[in-house]
Amino acid sequence: MLKLPIYLDHNATTPCDPRVVETMIPYFTNNFGNAASRNHPFGWQAEEAVDNARVQVAKLIGADPKEIIFTSGATEADNLAIKGVYEMYASKGNHIITCNIEHKAVLDTCKHIEKEGGEVTYLKVNPDGLIDLKELEAAIKPTTILIAIMYANNEVGTVMPMKEISALAKKNGILVFSDATQAVGKIPVDVNKDGIDLLAMTAHKMYGPKGIGALYVRRKNPRVKVTAQMDGGGHERGMRSGTLNVPGIVGFGKACELAMLEMDTDAKRLSALRDKLENALINIEEAYVNGSRRYRLPHVTNISFKHVEGEGLLMGFNKDIALSSGSACTSASLEPSYVLKALGLGDDLAHSSLRFGLGRFTTEEQIDYTIEAVTKTVNKLREMSPLWEMYKEGIDLSTIEWAHH
Amino acid sequence: MAYSEKVIGHYQNPKNVGTLDKSKSNVGTGLVGAPECGDVMRLQIEVDETTGMIKDAKFKTFGCGSAIASSSLATEWLKGKSIDEAAKIDNMEIVEELHLPPVKIHCSVLAEDAIKAAINDYRKKNGMPELKFEESVVH
Ligand SMILES: Cc1ncc(COP(=O)(O)O)c(C=O)c1O
Ligand code: FES
Repeated sequence: MLKLPIYLDHNATTPCDPRVVETMIPYFTNNFGNAASRNHPFGWQAEEAVDNARVQVAKLIGADPKEIIFTSGATEADNLAIKGVYEMYASKGNHIITCNIEHKAVLDTCKHIEKEGGEVTYLKVNPDGLIDLKELEAAIKPTTILIAIMYANNEVGTVMPMKEISALAKKNGILVFSDATQAVGKIPVDVNKDGIDLLAMTAHKMYGPKGIGALYVRRKNPRVKVTAQMDGGGHERGMRSGTLNVPGIVGFGKACELAMLEMDTDAKRLSALRDKLENALINIEEAYVNGSRRYRLPHVTNISFKHVEGEGLLMGFNKDIALSSGSACTSASLEPSYVLKALGLGDDLAHSSLRFGLGRFTTEEQIDYTIEAVTKTVNKLREMSPLWEMYKEGIDLSTIEWAHH
Repeated sequence: MAYSEKVIGHYQNPKNVGTLDKSKSNVGTGLVGAPECGDVMRLQIEVDETTGMIKDAKFKTFGCGSAIASSSLATEWLKGKSIDEAAKIDNMEIVEELHLPPVKIHCSVLAEDAIKAAINDYRKKNGMPELKFEESVVH
């Protein structure tokens, strides 16, 4: 039976897996202890649960449990990694290299660093959404202390060449930080094989609860340290003070354990469904996939439907299908997606994009329904679009003098 | 953000979608907005030359649901109005009628601009001086 509404916005957040919720519940009620309470069973129980979860999280990324610092999510982990390294390694240099399709949590943190007197290079990406390794190498200076490149992008799902990036960094004695929020639990991520020194992740993108995440901080070869951004009781080896969110951590751990077990089957199933969806939709005239189709997460596709506007398109089915668009009209700023623009899309194509993010509970029926609804709405809106009419008449839209606002 | 019933109604059943023959002297065409801004609206009026009344109006819009609804509503309001009456349509009337939230006011501004552009195109074609409108401020 087809279940409506259909959720295809798994890059924004994922539902909590019921198995995750189940493991969390006792930690709100009976086992409510503070993991830092050393003198009674309530505390011991909480600490044990946290230790167990730390192992589950670490295992998923090939890390040692001691290298996991729990945070409130990826935004905090991004901040702690970048500001923490910038402050800790100030004597070595003040230059950071990142790229222009990072999440705002990274970009705005870098902007903050610049205000503090740091120097940041924002690498461009090619139309595939990937950085150029030669440009990266050329950007390295004696003062470079950190290369911060996301593992996978949240809008187009493209996956960066992390191994090559870290090899370059190693050669130059520079630390590598990766915001792996979108990748962890979806594709194999291994901090040692990938050569990553710091890595940000969050539970709510992998069927865990919201408000809990982690920063991986390497302890060996090299031993990495970050300056704490939160002062207090010295939790998490002094790097992140604050009473641990025990139920959240337990849920995060369970989500990691499940991801470890089910990632391969999920990925196979979802990439087949994604391909079905994508192939059907690009069959529509003037529809284009954004970003690399080769180096990409298995469950994501981002498609532009030329001459129809994204928000108008969403309105055609958003009672039944939850999706997101790079259109400006869906954002408070009225600016289209900076990620799509960085890939070289014109504003018009950026306005016309939809992001489809499939997930663990997506069914083939839902995909079939989506194909039909999107196709129907694109056709309907094109009948209403002056741009489509001009395109069909063979008018070159770039020759028209538009009344810009 | 949830849409008002009226916006949804116009979106689902837009009134007067289509194209008038822009080469005719009694047809005025207004094309406003830009693809890069995510909104382009084309609004056309056909004027009855004996009575000076707008006898038909059509639109095509590339934009969000509120922009589509604004232009659909505008064409409904235009029909049966004289050119002078049409020139007085204010975007805030559209905002009120459709219950547009503040972030969608610019979609209604676009509709007002399209009406004015169509009127001026008609006037120009028929040897009348173009009307001067104040620059709309909300974009
Ligand atoms: C790449 C990336 N980084 C960081 C974040 C922020 O994560 P959180 O919501 O856990 O702060 C997100 C999620 O929106 C993301 O996609
Ligand atoms: S056309 Fe962009 S918000 Fe309405």
